[in-house]
Amino acid sequence: MHPYLQSLLGGVLIGAATWLLLAAIGRVAGISGIVTSAFTEREGRDWRWAFVAGLVVGGALFVWLLNAVALAPRTPGLLIAAGLLVGVGTTLGSGCTSGHGVCGLCRASTRSLAATLTFMGAGAITVALLRAVGGLA
Amino acid sequence: MKLIVVFVSGVIFAAGLVLGGMTDPRKVQAFLDVGGIGAGRWDPSLAFVMGGALAVAAIAFAVQPRRAKPWFAERFELPAVRHIDAALIGGAALFGIGWGLAGYCPGPAVASVTTGGLDIALFLPAMLVGMVLTKRFLNRR
Repeated sequence: MHPYLQSLLGGVLIGAATWLLLAAIGRVAGISGIVTSAFTEREGRDWRWAFVAGLVVGGALFVWLLNAVALAPRTPGLLIAAGLLVGVGTTLGSGCTSGHGVCGLCRASTRSLAATLTFMGAGAITVALLRAVGGLA
Repeated sequence: MKLIVVFVSGVIFAAGLVLGGMTDPRKVQAFLDVGGIGAGRWDPSLAFVMGGALAVAAIAFAVQPRRAKPWFAERFELPAVRHIDAALIGGAALFGIGWGLAGYCPGPAVASVTTGGLDIALFLPAMLVGMVLTKRFLNRR
């Protein structure tokens, strides 16, 4: 399969999963929000953990089926710093690639458009700097 | 039944992430490497992921909330906040820096927990700590 077609199909599946969650329980599939609230909210823990469990099982299953193990060895400090930035940033900014980038844009939210342009831009600048210092794996 | 359907939604979401290449940090970084457009090494794949997801989700958000209620809930609970503030932009900027540094955003990080090796063993706990501490801080204000 052409890689672009495969990516398009992957996107269609993400859209389908978003549709299913919306139809089933009326919620947006924003992963950072679901994961954070699974730990911090009393109400709605059951469905949030069910969704997270689906992500984990689905990830394991499809990485195995598609033989898609992808490792890029980096220094531990970089990975921990990046994890903290993603955790703090998505919580402070109320969303990530899925919540702002897919659900928010579909709902014509200028708030989500502003967030998406910002994290895409910051990501691009960061990768450009990484490349400049020879830090791309 | 509700939890089974939500679980299946998570499985399909993860399938899309893996098929689309979002769980491959090098592919994500190759997409963000827009400086490589001129050099011919830019990988636009993830734009196709986003395009596919947006096309389907746009129909979902156009038709579904018009129904009286979801299958397993009393009402649709969609985000109502519309204003743009410093927390939104600052948070998105921090997220973008972390995303660029490691090539993982939250969905792929969680979906890679059994397959991501040491990368994810370091990245994911740090991400969860960042999320929970920030949420606690925001709730306390």
